[in-house]
Amino acid sequence: MTELPVHNPVEQFLRMDRIPHIWCPGCGIGTSVNSFAHALIDAKIDVKNVAIVSGIGCTGRVAGYVNQDSFHTTHGRAIPFATGLKLANPKLNVVVYSGDGDLFAIGGNHLIHAARRNVDIKVVCINNLIYAMTGGQTAPTTPGDVITSTNPYGTYDPSFNLPYLVEAAGAVYVARWTAFHVRQLARSMQEMFTKKGFSFIEVLSPCPTLYQRRNKMGDGLDTMKFYKAVSKVRNGASTKDVALTKSGEITVGKFVDRERSDYGVLMHDQLVESLGDDYVETEACSCQ
Amino acid sequence: MHAEAAGVLTGTHFLDGDHACCEGALAAGARFAAGYPITPSTEVVERFAARVPTVGGTFIQMEDELAASITIQGAVWGGAKAFTVTSGPGFSLMMEHIGYALMTETPCVFVDVQRGGPSTGLPTLPAQSDMMQVRWGSHGDYEVIALCPNSPQECFDLTITAFNYAEKYRCPVFVMMDEVVGHMTEKVVIPPPNQIEVEPRRYTTVPPGEFRAFEPREDLVPDMPRTGEGYAVHVTGLTHDERGYPDMRPVVQDKLVRRLQEKIQKNADKIILYEADQIEGAEVVVVSYGITSRVAQRAIEIARQKGVKVGKFRLITAWPFPEKKIAEIASKVKAFVVAELNLGQMVREVERAAAGKALVRLVGHAGGSVHHPEDILQAIMEVAR
Repeated sequence: MTELPVHNPVEQFLRMDRIPHIWCPGCGIGTSVNSFAHALIDAKIDVKNVAIVSGIGCTGRVAGYVNQDSFHTTHGRAIPFATGLKLANPKLNVVVYSGDGDLFAIGGNHLIHAARRNVDIKVVCINNLIYAMTGGQTAPTTPGDVITSTNPYGTYDPSFNLPYLVEAAGAVYVARWTAFHVRQLARSMQEMFTKKGFSFIEVLSPCPTLYQRRNKMGDGLDTMKFYKAVSKVRNGASTKDVALTKSGEITVGKFVDRERSDYGVLMHDQLVESLGDDYVETEACSCQ
Repeated sequence: MHAEAAGVLTGTHFLDGDHACCEGALAAGARFAAGYPITPSTEVVERFAARVPTVGGTFIQMEDELAASITIQGAVWGGAKAFTVTSGPGFSLMMEHIGYALMTETPCVFVDVQRGGPSTGLPTLPAQSDMMQVRWGSHGDYEVIALCPNSPQECFDLTITAFNYAEKYRCPVFVMMDEVVGHMTEKVVIPPPNQIEVEPRRYTTVPPGEFRAFEPREDLVPDMPRTGEGYAVHVTGLTHDERGYPDMRPVVQDKLVRRLQEKIQKNADKIILYEADQIEGAEVVVVSYGITSRVAQRAIEIARQKGVKVGKFRLITAWPFPEKKIAEIASKVKAFVVAELNLGQMVREVERAAAGKALVRLVGHAGGSVHHPEDILQAIMEVAR
C-alpha cells in the first residue's frame, strides 16, 4: 500500500515544536487559530509582515503557537503595544489576538481609544464569556444568571455587547462568529486583512472546563450543537440588537464594514497641511 | 557611530531641563515617544511633538501611562528608538511595563521628572522620592540603570547616555530628573552630530531559522532580530528559554533572572558615573545627586571656608549604585552626609556600602522646595566635630 503524504497546510503557520498546546479539549481557541491560518493562506499577503500581539489569558497564548513574529504582552495591553509596533513599522500587518477579559476589562480603555483613533490593527477577540485561565471568574461579557467561581449564586453584573461597543468607539469592520462557523470565520479574517483601520472580530468559544460544566451546558461537542441551533446569520444587523444572553439567539455575521481614514493617514494629512515641506514622512523606522 | 544630523540642534541654547532632555532624545536617535500629560514633565513631549515631525518620527498621546509605557515597547520592536516621560503618579502606573521591558530585554528610556508624593502630592514642586521605586517598584528580581542630571546641560547629555546604555545592555534606562532641574533654564551646548556618540541597536546578523532570540553574547546581552524579516521571533513576559519560548522550570527561571541581573552587575564598572571632588584627605564626604547636589555645593564651600576638610561625591548613576567606591571612601573618612529630597532613600545604600566603617548622616527633606544650604552645612559641622 502506498503511503499517503501527510501534510496539513496550516502547519507552516504553527510552531510545531511547541505542540501539544495548553488548551483544553473542546476549547474553541485552537479552532479559531486554524481558521486564522487558512485566512493567512487565502489572503495572499506577505506573511513575514504579519505580527501577532496577545495579552494574557488562554487566548493570550496564541502568540506562542503561531510561527510569526509574536508578542505576548502584559494583561490588557496588547492593543497599545500593537499601536506602537504599527506606527513605528507601518509595513507590518499587526493582529491582536486576545480574550474577552483581557480586551474588555483590564484592557477596555485601550481598546476604545485604539478604535477611536482608528489605528490600523486587526483585533480577534475570543469570547468564552469567562476568565478561563484563572479558574472561571465572572467577565464583563458573562451573561446574567450564569454560575461562575466569583458569582456562585449566579451573575447579576450587566454585560457588554462587544460589537455595539466597538462600533460606537469607531471600528471600521465588526463581525461575530462562533467556533462552529470555521469557514465563515476564516473568510471574515481574510476580509479583515483587506480593511485599513481598526477591525474587530468576536469569536464565541466554548470553555467546557469552566463555563459549560458549571452551568450544566454539556461538553465542547454539546456547545457546537448549541451554537448550530441558536446561531442566526444576520449580516448588517444593527449591533445594538446583537447582545448575547445565556441561552438565547446568537446573532452572527458581518455587522459593520465602513471606511474612515486610519490614524496613519490622519496624522500624515494633518502634518502635511500644517508643515508642508518641513514635514519629514516616516517610513518604517530603522535604527542603524 | 555618530548622531544622525537631522535630530541634532547644534548650537548654544538657553533651555530648561525638560526641553534639553527632549533634544537629548532626538540627538540620541529617538524617533518615537508616547506619553500622557503630567506636571512637571509634559514639556519634554510637548517639544518632541513639535520637533519630531520635522525630523521623521512619531509622537502619540496615549490614554494613560499604562498604555504609553507599553506603546513605546511596541515601537522599539518595530525598529524605533523610543521613550516615555512622566512624573510620580504616572511612574507608579508604569511599573508593570518596566517589568515587561526588563523581562523582554526591550531597550527603551523612561524619564521621570520627580515631584512630591505620595499619591498626587505636590504636582508642581520638586522631590527626589522615586529613587527606590525606580529600583524596586516592579515585582520580581532585577537591576536597573538610573541617571540623575543636575542641570539642563546634563538633561541633554545624560538622556543620550540613557539611550546608549539602553541599546548596549538591552534594558530600560531611567533619567531621574526632578522638578527644579526640569524647569530651570540655563545654557545648554549641543555639539555637532559628529561629536555625539550614539550606540546603534544590536541587530543580529544570524539568518532567520538559525537565530535564537534570547541567546546572549559573551557580555550576557542577546542581539535583536528585526520584526517583519522572517525571524518569527517570540517575545513574552513569561519566563522563557533562549528561543524565547515559555518554560516554567525553576532551572530556566534561575538562568534567565540571574543573567538579567548579571548583565548589569558585571558591567557595573562601565556603567557607573559619578563626580568626586577633594575626596583625598577629607574628613567628611557629602553625597548627593540631582538638584540637591547644587545646594550641597554651597554648603561644602562654606564648610571648607570654615576649615573643614569636605569632599563631594555626586551620584550620576544612582543605579547601579557605586558601592565599591563608597566602601573605599568609608574606610578613609569620618562620616558621610547624605542630602536628598526625600526622607531617606539613597542614604540606605550609602549605609549598606559604608558597612559601619564611617558614620552616615541623612539630611532629608519631604519635598516641595530644595534644601536650605544651612541644613546641610549644619550636618557637616556636627559630624566633623
